[in-house]
Formats: sequence, C-alpha cells, structure tokens
Amino acid sequence: MSNHIRLRKGLNIPLKGEAQPKITKTISPGIVAVKPTDFKAFNPRLLIKEGEEVKAGTPLLADKKRADIKLCSPVSGKVKEIVRGDKRKLLAVTIEATDTNEYQSNEIPPLHSASKEQIVQALAQNGLWAAIKQRPYGTIPDLDSKPKAIFVSGFDSAPLAPDYEFTLKGEIANIQLGIEVLGKLTAGGVHISLHASKYAGSPLHRVEKAIIHTFDGPHPAGNVGVQIHHISPVNKGETVWTIDMYSLVAIGKLFSKGIFDLERLVAITGPRAQNPSYVKAVPGICMSQLKEYVNKESKEDLAVRYVSGNALTGDNVSESGHLGFFHNQVTLLSEGKYHELFGWIKPMRLKKFSLSRSYFSWLFSKKKYALDTNLNGGERALVMTGVYEKVTPMDIYPMHLIKAILAGDIDKMEALGIYEVIEEDLALCEFVCPSKTEIQEIVSQGIDLMIKEMS
Amino acid sequence: MKALRNLVDNIKPTFSKGGKLGFLHSTFDAFETFLFVPDTVTAKGTHIRDSIDLKRTMTMVIIALMPALLFGMYNVGYQHSLSTGAEMNFMSTFFYGFWKVLPMVIVSYGVGLGIEFAAAQIRGHEVNEGYLVTGMLIPLIMPVDLPLWMLALSVAFSVIIGKEVFGGTGMNIWNPALIARAFAFFAYPSYMSGDKVWVAGLGKGEAIVDGFSGATPLANAQAGLGLPSFQDMFLGIIPGSVGETSALAILIGAALLIYTGIASWKIMVSTVAGALLTGLLLNALAPSAESYLAIPAWYHLVMGGFAFGAVFMATDPVTGAQTERGKWIYGFLIGLLAVTIRVFNPGYPEGMMLAILLMNTFAPLIDHMVVQKNIKRRLKRAAVKN
Repeated sequence: MSNHIRLRKGLNIPLKGEAQPKITKTISPGIVAVKPTDFKAFNPRLLIKEGEEVKAGTPLLADKKRADIKLCSPVSGKVKEIVRGDKRKLLAVTIEATDTNEYQSNEIPPLHSASKEQIVQALAQNGLWAAIKQRPYGTIPDLDSKPKAIFVSGFDSAPLAPDYEFTLKGEIANIQLGIEVLGKLTAGGVHISLHASKYAGSPLHRVEKAIIHTFDGPHPAGNVGVQIHHISPVNKGETVWTIDMYSLVAIGKLFSKGIFDLERLVAITGPRAQNPSYVKAVPGICMSQLKEYVNKESKEDLAVRYVSGNALTGDNVSESGHLGFFHNQVTLLSEGKYHELFGWIKPMRLKKFSLSRSYFSWLFSKKKYALDTNLNGGERALVMTGVYEKVTPMDIYPMHLIKAILAGDIDKMEALGIYEVIEEDLALCEFVCPSKTEIQEIVSQGIDLMIKEMS
Repeated sequence: MKALRNLVDNIKPTFSKGGKLGFLHSTFDAFETFLFVPDTVTAKGTHIRDSIDLKRTMTMVIIALMPALLFGMYNVGYQHSLSTGAEMNFMSTFFYGFWKVLPMVIVSYGVGLGIEFAAAQIRGHEVNEGYLVTGMLIPLIMPVDLPLWMLALSVAFSVIIGKEVFGGTGMNIWNPALIARAFAFFAYPSYMSGDKVWVAGLGKGEAIVDGFSGATPLANAQAGLGLPSFQDMFLGIIPGSVGETSALAILIGAALLIYTGIASWKIMVSTVAGALLTGLLLNALAPSAESYLAIPAWYHLVMGGFAFGAVFMATDPVTGAQTERGKWIYGFLIGLLAVTIRVFNPGYPEGMMLAILLMNTFAPLIDHMVVQKNIKRRLKRAAVKN
C-alpha cells in the first residue's frame, strides 16, 4: 500500500476495563444537556426559552458572531433549564426528553444538484457545521473557509477507546454519504486514516471517493492531528478541517433522511466499570443513568470519577454531569484520594504503571492496570528531558513549544508548531511528565493567545 | 502506619496557612510528602498519571551513586593504610574511610538542605528534591582532607549563587555540584590540588612510608612520572577525590541509570567517544613516547574525574543539552575539551570539571541550533508543498 505510515513513538496505556463488543442497554434520554462549552470559540446566543417545546433538530443556540452556526437539540421534549455559571456564562441548556423521539423534518437539497452554499447552510442550520474542527486551533471554521483538505481518523487509539469496527458496522452507507457531502466543500479531498492491522477486515475500507491512508503504531497514532502531520502538515496560512466519524454518520443521516440524529454506541469503560460494554445513547445524557455500570468493590472505598471521553482528554463531569457532544466513551475511574506511606521509594509497587523503568511495569507488557486519579507526586519545575519526545510521533520539540507558550513568545510558538497541535496531541506528554505539568492547559492557553493575537 | 497518618493529620492545621506555625508550611509539606505520597488528584487535563515523579527519579540517581560512595569509603582507608604502612583488615579499612566521609555527607546535606528549605519557605514553594542528588555528589568530588568548614562554604555558595538566585531546581545554568567544586578549587587551591590532599592524614604530616606519593595519576602524567597500571586505575585503588577513583563502581551506577532511562546514555556514550577520539588524535601527534600526548587514549577514561563526570555530572538534565541531537554534540564536546584541557593546560590537571561547566554554558546554544534546524526544516516543508 502506498499510503502506509508507521509510527514508533507513543504509548498505549494499559488501563483496565475495555468494553466488550456487545450492546447491553439502550439509554432512554431522560434529561439531556447541550453544552456550548464543548465547542471551541463558540459564543452562544439563546434561541429558545425555558419551558418551550422542541423537537430533535430544533436549533437551541446560535453563535453570536456567526449567526448561521447553530447547535440543535438531539431529542424532542421541553426546555427544562438554562444553566449559567460565573459571570452568567452559559454552560448548558437542559431538555426533558419525551419518551419517543420526534424529529424535525428539514428540507435538505439533494446532494447531486446542491450548490456549495446550500450544503454549507444545511450543515450550519442543522447543528452539524459545529462538528467540524479546523486546524490550526481546533475551532469551528468560518462558513466561507476554504480548507486545503478534510481529514477523518478511522480509528481511536486513546486508552479504552471504542472499537470503530464494532460501533460503525451498520453505518457505512451514512459514512459514504457524509464523505460525498464534505467532498464537495474542498479541492483537496477527504482523507481517511485507518489502522493498518484492522485494514483488511474493516468495512470502512470499502468507502469510495476518499483517499485512504493506513497508520500503525501506539497512541496517539489515532489522533487526527498526528495523522495530518504525516500526510500533509498544516503550515502558516493554511487551513484544514477535521471531523470525527460519528459526526460524519450524522451528516449522512441528515442528507439521506433529513433528520438530526446523533444516536450512537457509547463505550462504558474504565477500572471502575462493571460489565464494560456498549450502550445506545445520544450525546448529552446524564451520567446518573449509568450508575448501574459502576463497580462498587473498591478496597479503600474510593469515590468514582465520571469522565466523559477518554482518560487522557475527557472531561470530569461528575455523576450529575452530561456526556459531551464529541464523546462516544465514558471512563469510570477511582478518585485517588489516599496517602501511601513511603510510596515513592517502595521498590516494587506492582500495581503502578510507569513508562519509566524505575518501576517494573515494563516487564509485564500484557498486564492491565487499574489506574486512579492520584497525581502520583507533586508539581515541580521542568527537570527531566527527553521524556515528552518519546511519546510525540511528530517532528516537533514539545518541550520547547511548551516553554515558548509559557513565555508567550508568538513567533517561537508559530515556528515550533502551534498550528499543528491541539490539546489532545500532547496529552501523553502530560501523562508521562515526572514534574506533573499541566500540558494540555498550557497548550490551550497558547492557542487562545494565538487566536487573540492573530485575529 | 495509620497512627502516623493520624498524627500528621492532627498537626497539619497548625502548619497550614492561617495556623499557628503557618509560616513553616513548606517545611511541613516537605516532611509530609517524604512520608506519604500526597492524596492530590488530577484537576485538569489527563485524569490518570504515570507513577514516576521527581522523588523517585532522584532516588534512583542516589542509588546509582551508592557503589561509588561505598568504594570511595573503602579507598580512603586503603590509601591511608598504604601511606602509613599500617596493617588494616577489610573492615577496619572500610570503617576508617566511613568515619572520614560520613561527616562530609552530613555537612553537605545539612547546609544544602537547610538553605533549600529556607528558600522554599521564602518563596512559599514546595521543597524541591534536586538537592538530594547534589548533596551526595558534592562530597564525592572533593578531596577527603578538605576542612569541613570549607565544604560547608562551598555548598552554601553553590546552592545560593549556583541555584537559588536563578529560581531553584530546574532553573540553574551550571551543575550545582560542580559550582561547589569550582568554588573550593579557586578559593582554596592549596586544599584542592597538589600531592598531599588526596590521602587522609597526609597533609597533617602523619607518618609516611618511604617512597609513598599521594599524587593522583593526573598529576603524575603532567609531571611525566610513571602511571599506575590500567587495572589499578579501573578498579580505583589510586589517590583522588572520594568517589571518582573507581571506574568500575561508577560503571555499575551508570548501568542502573541507563537501564532506568533516568540519565541519557547518549551523553555518556558521546562523552566517552569525544575523549577517546581526542586521545587517539593526540597519540598520533605525540612528539615522543614520554610526552603527555602519548598517554594511551583509554587511560583518560579511568584517570581523575572523567568517568564520574561523564556518568553523573554531564548527564544532569537541567544543565545539559535538552534536545536529543544536542545531547550527542554536547557530550562529544565535553570529552574533547576535558582531554584537551588535561593535556595542554598545566594549571588544571583535572579537565573534566571545567569542560562540563563550559559546555553547561553552551548547552542552550547547542539546543538553539538544533531547534533552529527543526524550524528551518519545517519552513522548507511549506515551500515544497506549495
């Protein structure tokens, strides 16, 4: 295969609690939240009031500056509450769902005769334009943005990530249609990256009108940012788009049936997950609906952390929180609130995992670990070097990029690759950092600074 | 264990902000985290974290230093028995050295950690673990007969001027242990060089066996005198600073550091390569067999502080080159400079200390060049694609 790329750097964290390929429940929506905070650079303006009836697909929020970009309700029901935080920041709109989902039927132009503008409007008005992220920065692109190409990752390599071969089995027709829709918006084509070892058996490889690449290697090989870096890197002044597979399916459904349908398979995973498996759900469901999946046996009686997304990049939403728009995985972890006597000097600590060989976990490559949220140390100045580089399969110096961001040096950030990374691409550096630096937070600040300075 | 935890929890409010002894917050915190891994949980970003932290990292380096420390103690006793002609068995040899070296270790840790705690207290930071390693390195690179007050002064100088003024561990430019040695070397040259300082008791004129010379092999090489055998120098039964003499003991430590990945094998290998190539080149240029230039290149690896410096000093991640490519260049130049200084500068028989300090100074420049190359490569990529 000509488009095969093999990556050596990276790390698969051997976390316990992989989802078994079976569907154990369909979650009835109950209370569903739409969170504008899931989208970078989206300033929400309310389009509805509390108590109003909505259908699945009714716009709830629009962007203040780009009014055509809307977020829609994934379910039909009644607007329950508009949740605000500090300084009245709009955090979420919650909807009390009806038992059966009523879809708003939209008039979507037939694809073969639709103009580019019609397609863009159809996506924006129906809440799916917001699913597109542009690089640089990972923000929602402008409606007139002209991407160099569009990239989709066909596998997720994050810890305990859902297996797309299982979750997307029945969605190939929708994916195909989604590719054709997006294909009309760029001259550079739609690029799909698949995992090399799963390539042959994957139904995804039958899709047409897309450029297929295969990747091989540990996480973050499945991150679309890493894939772009190796396929066609983003340089200054260039823009590319990325979209996730699930949103591609939703675009396919919009253009085939005219409805906004986000229903998907969500993986329930993690060391504290009992019967880890898949459930059918829409984004926005409340975590309390997943209570039965929490495994109670824990020696020290530790609390559970509900993470919407994976253990590296997900959000800690708590039991009363909601599944995020882009998330198709819930990770259940133990809160590591305990003291360990002389833990740092104990020679064995066989239950602890480390990339470094100062522990013995490298000897047991097959073993899975029940990692918890303990920081395993205290925050320090950056001392060790060469650690980040081991888990960053890109031609980028992560340590120097981080220091440039901390110094607020725009030119250096630009030269060292801020256009090519978003938070998730350096999440593994944060995991392995012996000084416990909050790298994703620093990258996020760097991106915010760039947006502010460059606009 | 429960009882200890309860005790800590009970007195914690007293030392927390607002408590009676709240100003000792950092000190209390240092002792608490020494006893227990804290119960801090991840707040932002990744929810799970690798089990490695700086305490563990630094502990590994200290363990790697143990063979050199223990052998150093033995060798202090051994050199003493050679110089006085006293019959000593293995245990009494070791314990003679043990009682000589232990006070040095205590003074180094006492003075250094005292300043570290005070600095953390003033800044309101947590106490950093960096000095745990520095405090062990300093006694190992000093002559055994150095008066303890000089040692204390050197430690204070290195921690305050070498480290804390820059912002503490992780911010310093030069290796703090070498700063301590350089301070002592230039402030008290008569206690840091010559024939009398390397063997315990020699300087005080204790009975000396006829024909015994306390000179280090490096001094002999400079003076054109005969050298001990390669085997003696490799094993380390020669006069020298406490921990630097035995290449064998240092190699054991190096093996642990490389195995755990805590020190860069690239720096160690390139430092040795730099010294060997320079040595071979000088061998080829040597005017006569008696010239210093003619000393076999591999002798440089086991003489003086070369091995110790290459394994424990050059590899300091804070003051060394930080890019992987830069580490090759940085190490190679240390090896090259160390041998060059030894051979061509009669004022400094030991070239390693100055070579490392000099390359510490240039490490940011090396990194800058490596990073600039990366930037240029990335810009070129843009030009090709369009």
